[in-house]
Order: sequence, then structure tokens, then C-alpha cells
Amino acid sequence: MLSGIYGFLSASFFVLMDAVDVAFTEAAVGSGISPLLMLLTVALVGRNEKHESGKSIPALVLVTITGALLIIGTLSMPEFGSATAPAQTHVGPHYIEKSGSEIGIPNIVTSVLASYRGFDTFGEVAVVFTAGIGVLSLLMLKSSTVQKPVVTSAHKHKVLRIVSKILIPPILLFALYVQFHGDYGPGGGFQAGVIFAAAIILYTMFFGVDIAQQVVSFAVLRVLAAFGVLLYGSVGLVSMLNGGDFLDYSALAENPITGQHIGIIVIELGVGITVAAIMVMIFYCFAGQVNDTGEAGQ
Amino acid sequence: MLSHLPILQVILPLLGAPACLILGRGKLAWLFALLVSTLSFCIAATLLYTVYHHGVISYALGGWQAPWGIEYRIDLLNAWLLVIVSGSSTISLLAAQSSISSEIALDKQGLFYVAWLLCLAGLLGILATGDAFNVFVFLEISSLSTYTLISLGPNRQSLWAAFRYLIMGTIGATFILIGIGFMYIMTGTLNMADLAERLPSASESPTVFAAYAFILVGISLKLALFPLHLWLPNAYSQAPSIVTTFLAASATKVALYLLIRFTYTIFPSEFSQFIIPLADIFVALGIVAVFSASIAAIYQEEIKRAIAYSSIAQIGYMVIGLGIGGVLGLQATLIHVFNHALMKATLFMALAGIAVRIGATTLTSMQGLGRKMPWTSFGFVAGGLSLIGVPLTAGFISKWYLVSAAALAGRWPLVFLILLGSLLAIIYIWRVVEALYFKSAADNSPVKEAPLTMLIALWLLILGNVYFGIDTRLPVSISYEAAAALVEGRP
Repeated sequence: MLSGIYGFLSASFFVLMDAVDVAFTEAAVGSGISPLLMLLTVALVGRNEKHESGKSIPALVLVTITGALLIIGTLSMPEFGSATAPAQTHVGPHYIEKSGSEIGIPNIVTSVLASYRGFDTFGEVAVVFTAGIGVLSLLMLKSSTVQKPVVTSAHKHKVLRIVSKILIPPILLFALYVQFHGDYGPGGGFQAGVIFAAAIILYTMFFGVDIAQQVVSFAVLRVLAAFGVLLYGSVGLVSMLNGGDFLDYSALAENPITGQHIGIIVIELGVGITVAAIMVMIFYCFAGQVNDTGEAGQ
Repeated sequence: MLSHLPILQVILPLLGAPACLILGRGKLAWLFALLVSTLSFCIAATLLYTVYHHGVISYALGGWQAPWGIEYRIDLLNAWLLVIVSGSSTISLLAAQSSISSEIALDKQGLFYVAWLLCLAGLLGILATGDAFNVFVFLEISSLSTYTLISLGPNRQSLWAAFRYLIMGTIGATFILIGIGFMYIMTGTLNMADLAERLPSASESPTVFAAYAFILVGISLKLALFPLHLWLPNAYSQAPSIVTTFLAASATKVALYLLIRFTYTIFPSEFSQFIIPLADIFVALGIVAVFSASIAAIYQEEIKRAIAYSSIAQIGYMVIGLGIGGVLGLQATLIHVFNHALMKATLFMALAGIAVRIGATTLTSMQGLGRKMPWTSFGFVAGGLSLIGVPLTAGFISKWYLVSAAALAGRWPLVFLILLGSLLAIIYIWRVVEALYFKSAADNSPVKEAPLTMLIALWLLILGNVYFGIDTRLPVSISYEAAAALVEGRP
């Protein structure tokens, strides 16, 4: 609960600092997915902490030193919003002045993320993928749950069914909008992937993992997760084969600007696919565990 | 295609990982991972050759020139480490299938190789890049996949070990990120070469000092430098045996590389020497690490754990070399990085072989194995001799260079302490040798020799230990050039 509030609060911080794209992600991940996963964990392990007596004074000292160092670090920082700060005068102006002519999309943040520093973004997708692999290897879904899905109580619950019918399609549509509008406004693959996943997760919460698996099965998710990363990487490979450097989208088409457009849209799609697939996959793994222990408990 | 080698080095395993996930499980995944790893080793060797003869290679990702885009920059230092990391991955993978099939359930084996490839890609990515933030991204990939690999260990304690490592590793990575953020605030750039140019003008400010402090502590956590080493013994002893072989030979080396890169290339040299007496701190911590960890190793009943403690001691030697400084000190460190990878891989590979056959690596369970598994046991002896630093093994060369660097700097007490540290290594290796050859086993049931692929990998490593103990031209010349370039600040 508190972490959800924290997520929304930090999202509004980011909005205040004019980082709308980051705020968007934070709102979707920080206050949507991660509290949910935390709740599931609590459901798995129980809500009470084991009491351990003994206070750790060295830990307090360490935390104080770290905090002090952080504050020292801020002492000589350029003032917030200062136009003469090094961050504003060195690399930044190039992005602001040239990205229009070099890449040709209005959202400079997307230009930087997807093209100038596209390799970092590729790395981030790989990080999400790695996290998914980690969860999957620990909490593998039992493949023996292929028996006919039980119609859970939620299925009979009229309010839930109707609410889900009203909510889920607009969420999916909004995710697609965020995905493809990333060039022009805040948005992009990460945010869209999470929102898309949220819709499916909502469906799973209403009707259970077994029925959700009929919509998007686990095997499909596995392939999709890998496919997104490969799609991103293959854009890089194609630009290499066309004579450019890795991820040099300008080599994708005759006209460099068109090339940049194609490149960015395709890689954002790759990001979206992997993020959505991994999020749903992680949720399935957690929810599957909760179901198992629930049945064992009864 | 040759000009694309720097990036192919990293994206080959990075794209290999999702492909491996689609490909499937068990043996097929293993063959695929082995192929990918071998290819990236070949690429690394070619890169080293090219850099040695033609100088630094720079590769602009996305076609954007640094500092606007991300740059890959291969000089002798990272080419050298690329070879070490990809080589140790390939050798360990060769033996992986036999070892893993006895330790991990079949349906998780595919995921295991996916995580392995991701880990390899992460480590190679950290090495190859010339961009500070890109380091962090790949650090995340390698760390997350390392936690996964460790948590797949055979006992339930491996989960706990992985979780502790996750907490420590995440703190380390966060510190590094904070440091990079501070540097960006003060300079407006993330490119390493560009940072090195722009940091001196801001080196007076406390922000840069804080950045440096955060980065140093963060890297030391990853490096398991004393007193931040507490995660390592558990992580190494609980991980699947073959993972320990790979990690011991590569992961800490990459952290050491970061330490060298940040102290020598990025931060202004007068800054890192005067504001805090870093060199002396390194030497002091190194010595404490050598002694405390070696003594801890003597008292371990679990041999995998003992050798893990010995890793902490060896990291101590490497850091002592850094602390002595100068071309010679740095060269000693770089030689030891390579030789330590060789000997630790040998030791852990022998232990992995033993674990496959008798399912444990405690001292008592290993009694009398010298006669039952002669080929594997000899691997342990050879690795041990090299670790102690007996002439005609690779370990001797490292010790020789380290001692002569200390002697030329006129630090005789240090020479004495380094030699004393080797004596401690004799004790903990001897305990195992005694159990292997001079104690009779409790039960006399025959034990089979380790599987063939493991023996091949083990003996390749043994030969490597002996070969590089006699013909030292390759490591010595490369490490000398690399060290000289770093100390003189040549690009």
C-alpha cells in the first residue's frame, strides 16, 4: 500500500522535474506492478516478520556515513534548473538542436533513448529479460495443470465480470496508443508493455491463472519474451548488413530520416513485446505459487 | 565484417540467450551455448591480436560519434580481459553438461544456459564499453544472471546465498550508479574518455569526491575486497560447481578491471592519489585480505568453501599490486588476473569433477580419492601448486612479478608478507592433498573417474598452468604494454 503511494509520489516528482516519460514508467511500474508482486509475496510467505532482538549499531553508522556522503555530494552541485549546469551545456544542446534534423521526431527523449543511446535501451531490455529468466528458473509453473480449468467464483460474480469487460479493452487500446505514439508524446515500449501487461494481469486476477492461460499461454509468453529481444537485436544486425554500425538506423532506408523512423518504431515494438511478456510471465509464476500453496493449505 | 568485431563480441551471447530460450532444453541448449561461447572466444582472441598490433579500436554504436552516442573502445587492457572471460566461459561450458545434469533438474537446464549466456554477455559488455552508464546497464545484466545461476545450486542454502549476494550486489550497483550520476551532473557527459578530459576542471568539488567514493565502494563490493567480501564464500560454495568455476575465473576479474579503469583512466591521477591515500589503503586492505582469508581457508571443512576463501586472498594480492602502483605493480596485477583465472578454474574444475562422482566436497568425503580418481585428483594438486606459486607453474610467475615490483619499490616488509601469505596457501592445499593421497577411505567402493568432457577441460587447464609457467611471453608482453599505456595515460 505504502509502496504504491510512494510510486505515485515519485511519479509526480518526475512530472515536476519535466521528466514526463520517466513519470509515466514510474506510475505504471512503481505503483502498479511492483506493489502487486509484493502483495503476492506477502500472500506466499505470511505477513508477520520474525522477531529478532538485537539492534545493529554498525548498520546505523554505515547508513549515517552514506547519507552524509550523499549530502556532501549535493553541496557543490549546480543549482536545480540552472541553465549553465554542465549537464545542460555539454551534450544536451546537441540533442536539442540536432535531433530534429538527424532523427526527425518531435519527442527528443525518445530520440535519445532509442537512437543516440539505443544500445543502453537494448541493454535495459536484456535486463528485463534476465529478470524474467531469474523468476522463471526459481518459480517454474507446473506444467501438470493442464486439466480442465475450474470455473472460479469470480466467473459467476457479475459485478467483476462486467467491470472487467468495461475496463480491459480500453486499457489494451491505451497501451497500443502509448506504444505507437512514443515518437510524438511521452510514451514508448516500456510504458506500453507494462500497461498492456496490466490488462492481462487484471484479467488473471479476476478469473485465475488457468483461464488466463487459455488466452495467453505460458509457452507463447516464453517465445514472445525472447522474440522481443531478438527483434530489437535484429534491427541492429540489419543495419550492420546494410553497411552501417550496429543499431545505426540511418542505414535502414535510402533516406536516413526514414531509416530512423523505421528503426525506432521497430525497436520500440520489440521493447513492448518483451516487457509485456515478461511482466505477465512473472505474474503467472507468482500467482501459480499462491494457488499451489492455497490448495495445499486447504 | 572485421570492423564490427567489438560489438559482435557482446551481442553474440546477448542475442544467443533469447535464441537459446526458444531453442529448448537439455543437450541442445548446451551445444548452442558452447558454440556461442567458443565463437566469442575466437572474436576476443582476434581483437587482442588486432589491438596489440594496430592499436586501440573505437566503435561508434548507432553510428553516433561519442560523446553523443555510446562508444565501444577496445584497448589492450580490456582486450586482455575479454580473452580471459570468454576463455573461462568456454572451458567451463565444455564441462558444464556432465556437471549440470547431476545437479540441476532437466526442465531447468535450458534456463540455466540462457542465464549463463546472459551472464557472459553482461561481463563482456562491461569490459568492451567506453561509456560509464553503459557499464551500469551491463553490470545489471551480469549481476541478475549471476544471482540466477547461484540460486540454481543443488541445496536449498543456495537460495539464501543468492539472496544475500543479491542484496550486497544491488547495494554495490546502486553506489556505482549514484557515482556515475554525480559525475554526469558535474561534467554533462557519460563517455569515459570525455569524462577524463572534463573531470580535472571539477576535481576540487566535493561532488566529484563523493562520486569517486561511491564508485570505489560499489566496485569493492562487487570485487569482494576485504572487508566487503562476506557474500563471496557462501555464493561460491552454494552455486552449482561449474558456475563457481566460471565465476571464480571471471566475475571478480571484471570488477577489478572496473577498479583499474576508474582509477587510471577516468579520474584525474593526481586526484586519486592525493585526496585520499588510496595506494596505501589498497596495500593495507590487500594484506589483511590475504591473511584473514587464508587463515579462514585453513579451518574450512568444505573444500569448495576453502578455495572460495582463497579467492578473497588472491584478490588481496591483485589489489596489493595496484597499491604498489607504477608500471611494474600494475603489470603484476594484470599477470595475476590471468594466472589466477587459470589456477582457480583448475581447482574448481577438479572439485566439480569430484562433486559429480561422490556428491560432496568435504574433506572427509574426499579421503583416499587420489587412488580412485587419479586424473581428477592430480588436477587439484596441479592447481594447488600453481596457487602456492611453485616454479614452473603460472602461479610462480605472478608471485615473481609481484615480489619484484614490491622489492623495486623498496618495500621489503611487503615482500616478506607476500611470501608469508604463500606459506599459508601451502597449509590449506596440503590438507586436501593429505586427504586425497595419504588417508584411506572409509568405504572402499570403487568410484569412477570424472566424465570425459570434464577431464578434457581440466587437463586443458592443467596444461595451461604449466605452459604459462614456462613460456611467459604472451602474458608478460601484453600486460607490460597495457600497464605502460595506463600509467602514462596514453589513449
